[in-house]
Amino acid sequence: MSAVARTWTGRSGPTSLLEVRDLEVIFTRRGRRDVRAVDGVSFSVDAGETVGIVGESGSGKSITSLAVMGLLPNRGCDVSGSIRFDGTDLRTLSRDQMRDIRGRDIAMVFQDPMTSLNPVVTIGKQVAEVLERHRGMARERARVEAAGLLEQVGIPDPQRRLTDYPHQLSGGMRQRALIAMALACRPRLLIADEPTTALDVTIQAQILELLKQLVAEAGTALIMITHDLGVVAGLCDRVHVMYSGRIVEAADRHPLFAAPRHPYTGGLLASIPRLDSARGAPLTPIPGSPTDTLPWARGCAFAPRCPNVQDDCLRTAPVLEPLPEQGGRELRCYHPLPAPVAVEAVTP
Amino acid sequence: MSLSEAEARVDTAVAAEDVGGSLLKEAWRRLRRDPVAITGGAMVALFVLVAVIGPWLAPYGPSDRAGAVTPTMIPGPSSQFWFGLDDLGRDELSRVILGARQSLLVGVVSLVLGMIGGLTLGVLAGALGGWVDSLIMRIIDIVLAVPGLLFAIGVAAALGRSLQSVMIAIAVVNVPIFARLLRGQMLSQREADYVSAATSVGLRRRVVVFRHILPNSISPVIVQGTLTLATAIIDAAGLAFLGLGGTDPSVPEWGRMLADSQDYLSGAIHLAIFPGLAIVFAALGFTLFGERLREALDPKYRR
Repeated sequence: MSAVARTWTGRSGPTSLLEVRDLEVIFTRRGRRDVRAVDGVSFSVDAGETVGIVGESGSGKSITSLAVMGLLPNRGCDVSGSIRFDGTDLRTLSRDQMRDIRGRDIAMVFQDPMTSLNPVVTIGKQVAEVLERHRGMARERARVEAAGLLEQVGIPDPQRRLTDYPHQLSGGMRQRALIAMALACRPRLLIADEPTTALDVTIQAQILELLKQLVAEAGTALIMITHDLGVVAGLCDRVHVMYSGRIVEAADRHPLFAAPRHPYTGGLLASIPRLDSARGAPLTPIPGSPTDTLPWARGCAFAPRCPNVQDDCLRTAPVLEPLPEQGGRELRCYHPLPAPVAVEAVTP
Repeated sequence: MSLSEAEARVDTAVAAEDVGGSLLKEAWRRLRRDPVAITGGAMVALFVLVAVIGPWLAPYGPSDRAGAVTPTMIPGPSSQFWFGLDDLGRDELSRVILGARQSLLVGVVSLVLGMIGGLTLGVLAGALGGWVDSLIMRIIDIVLAVPGLLFAIGVAAALGRSLQSVMIAIAVVNVPIFARLLRGQMLSQREADYVSAATSVGLRRRVVVFRHILPNSISPVIVQGTLTLATAIIDAAGLAFLGLGGTDPSVPEWGRMLADSQDYLSGAIHLAIFPGLAIVFAALGFTLFGERLREALDPKYRR
């Protein structure tokens, strides 16, 4: 595995590291209506690229990542579509083959560092375990390497931390340890599922900075799952905004932030409190809640909460169409927010 | 970066305050501060000590005629015979002391046997799931539907009257308890985040089950073991009371002593009181200790 250069190779060319096509995840439960958690999602991630998937709770972003990892349960869960990683469809692999890939080629950092470490196993053992599994290291050697990894993620005094149990570490330190575990085998793709949500604000910034730095050093591609556009702004090359199981807008970072076109993206941006707004100015939330959705079969799912809603939104769902503008924007909307005149001036 | 380094240092400084070793060490530290746990532990220790050194402690042998008795005149506690004499003139104190060993032996052996069986079934059900799980759990449901002591009587009677059959009978009754407990624990742990995390780095299922899920499922089993020791002692006494148990009259058993005392209740109540107190003492010790051990091991109580 050579470090892959950080190159820009276009949207969904044959060189994509990960290519998800028409991914559908349906939860079935006897006696209940099926839930379409992910509804025809397609996106691709190039080697070394950082991609953000943004959406509220329940938009299907975490399920998408679990599907890529092959961590969805077998029962009660129908997955269709293709997930090609480095040319092979992960969905055709056996469980054992998938186990070989997990941790070695694709790894994941979870949301809650407080519960994602085994409370009765020392930090050192948990990191070393990954090295023993994928790199065939003997116990002693893996231990030495684990200390190096802990140092790399900024854990002070790593030798001593090896014998510590998770409850002896703070949240930020635990998330660092989890990142060390995930990056132990230098995977080519890292999925971070809201890695900073459970942390203090100061620690959040540190962890994001750490992720950014490690990913850039190793040429690892990163999928950042988050509901926080602020996280995306500082980190991602490209952003996919999901709503109710579908991607509603996708664009490179700069055009997206300069001029969100989907009313949902616009709402998300407007809802971020700004330092430069007048004191006492009201916050601008998106009205309604993510549960006020329309099934996509009956129109646009965002229509019940959308400021631009018109009759056609309630008849058929719009499709995700590429827009003829720089930044490769794709949009799923009949009545988008206006495109600013100077959008072409913004380059990534 | 220097700022974040400084923050990182503060971050660990906070964490470093709660120094300490493993979880067991921490549990031990908390138990030592708990008066109820200490009381229970002391009772258990005394019971075990008496069981071990009983023959050297007892003033008389189990079959020695220590004093004269008639069926109508059985002397109660006195300065010479602290617990009085029994209907055959044997020293009651010596017999209570010597009975401890039998109680502990039956309790421990049946507990260990029951745990081995129960934990094996529990791991199979919890780790494999599917039809294996369903099959094991249905069998266990059936066994649990029969009252424990009744089931033990049936097993002991079927196996013939001996100490071994009592141990096996009590063990069989305990198998479903441990199997169900461990399976439930494993199922709930299987959904835990750290299991997803372990799976997400590609660990094999065997490793995930034995190194991650099982160690996190075991502390309620330890607690249940302590509590089950209490019930096993009571069950053993119960079986002996009903005439199932060791056949050797020179080996005192608390349950059989209670049964024998029935004929003399009006004249020699001490023959019922002292073995009864001994059973209560042993069972209470294990129960108190077990309950507090549960709290000490429970991560929810941990600060």
